[in-house]
Amino acid sequence: MTSPASPPAVLAGVGLKMAHVPALLARGAGAFLGGAGFVEVHAENHMVDGGPMLRQLERVRTHWPLSIHGVGLSIGGEGPLDVDHLDRLDHLLRRFEPRWFSEHLAWSSHGGRWFNDLLPLPYDPATLNRVCNHIDQVQARLRRPLLLENPSTYLGYTGSTMDEASFLAAIVRRTGCALLLDVNNAYVSGVNHGRDPWLLIDTLIEALPAGAVGEIHLAGFAEDRDAAGDRLLIDHHGCAVDQAVWSLYERTIARLGPVPTLIERDNDVPELAVLEAQAQRALDLLHAGTGRRIEHPVAA
Amino acid sequence: MTQPPAPTAMDPAPATALRFAAALLDTSLPPPAGLHAWNGSDPAVRFAVYRNNVVHSLVAVLADTFPVVRQLVGDDFFGAMARLYVLDHPPRSPLMHRYGAGLPAWVADFEPATALPYLSDIARLEWARLCAFHAADAEPVPVQALAALIQAPQRLARACLELHPTLAVVRSAHPVVSLWAAHQLSDADRDARLAEVPLHSAEAALIFRDASDDALVVELPDADAALAAAIATGAPLGAAQTAHPEADLARVLSLLLRHGLVTGVGGPLPATETSA
Repeated sequence: MTSPASPPAVLAGVGLKMAHVPALLARGAGAFLGGAGFVEVHAENHMVDGGPMLRQLERVRTHWPLSIHGVGLSIGGEGPLDVDHLDRLDHLLRRFEPRWFSEHLAWSSHGGRWFNDLLPLPYDPATLNRVCNHIDQVQARLRRPLLLENPSTYLGYTGSTMDEASFLAAIVRRTGCALLLDVNNAYVSGVNHGRDPWLLIDTLIEALPAGAVGEIHLAGFAEDRDAAGDRLLIDHHGCAVDQAVWSLYERTIARLGPVPTLIERDNDVPELAVLEAQAQRALDLLHAGTGRRIEHPVAA
Repeated sequence: MTQPPAPTAMDPAPATALRFAAALLDTSLPPPAGLHAWNGSDPAVRFAVYRNNVVHSLVAVLADTFPVVRQLVGDDFFGAMARLYVLDHPPRSPLMHRYGAGLPAWVADFEPATALPYLSDIARLEWARLCAFHAADAEPVPVQALAALIQAPQRLARACLELHPTLAVVRSAHPVVSLWAAHQLSDADRDARLAEVPLHSAEAALIFRDASDDALVVELPDADAALAAAIATGAPLGAAQTAHPEADLARVLSLLLRHGLVTGVGGPLPATETSA
């Protein structure tokens, strides 16, 4: 175990699915990622009246730091935020008091219809104002800082007047929110828009105040081709993290220092140990980056 | 929702969310104007990624909620049917466990599925299981509290029961409980069991979440199910029995008690306070 004198400031975690909960609880906190593990759940999955989704999360949160990741707020939506959904989030966050709460720079509903996808925004001053106003509203209502996740996108808006890094940095400066830096999204968007994936991250880090990146996501993508035959990467969270994303991650943490890092998997979800092994790799890189050795628990 | 004006070469309007949203669900529309790819390639190929994400993820939600419907019609048929449902009835809420409430009724009117007249009721049963899984927790009343009531027939007749929030009653003109149960078995056992299902028998079930968080399907005679449904609406037990004379009140009460489904006992409620 990590010695009591140095509590694990370096954390790695997995996106937790219900099927993983029994295996996780059986392991116990000390035996999951050497005591340096955390878990993340999707907020909307736990917006239920009762039953196992709530009971299991109650048990999990007593053993591990918890991140609640929203996918339903449509912060980039053209219309007003759904105040009923904000109320549900407030209720959930007060009940489980997670260490982190995050949402996306995207829109997912319009005209009362919900699309279950994270849709892209134009990067222009009007959109920036709208997004900032929504984030101000979210942070005031939920009385806690939001971590905003950078998107993966497949198309650009002709009307965009800002690059993504400047847009995100402006949001962070104006609203005081933090950033959930999804390195896979940065890679996917970089390739999909013919840009160096490192450029977004490098520009962001340059533009952001220190400590503005509160969490990192890593995930897998699928690969396709567009109409010109160029690579088109699809952020499907359905396979292991790609080597190119690991490399980008190493460069990122070399600049940022240790940031809690999460392995996301939403499709073709393997058993917990497979995700844990990827999170362990992130943990090893975090420790290597800070020059500290990892102390693995001695097997009983 | 108002229809957006069709984009034309003369109409360089920006890609608003309205146009974007309309084109996501209507594959006959081109992608909205104002979107581009870095290499100048046709944006339609890239826009299709968003379309696929929306439709495939929502079809996957329905496939998870209605696994027996999917097995009964096969993956291909289910995928095509669910896709039509998604395009006609996109979600109105970001809570995916609430998506699909309208599918059972929609399936009943879905022409290509009329060869399976029980399909809609199977869907109702599966929807009830999902609702049971996520419904509120509630403590059952102690059995002793009801024992006293059962000793006093006059009071029993006037009593109203509060039933567990997870409980639903499904009644069907088709053998939906047998069909559903057969699809919980392995492939070989399922086919043997299906061969024994009498195709023209009506069946009914109580559906609720049990202590181990499983959403149970417990078959009971249709008359008993009708009685349970009447009790669930807050009807006094005597009146409910009178309305369903062929039902066995003692058997229904025993079933409800055995599974911890009685969460409150009261006198007759004013009509305005009774609810389903």
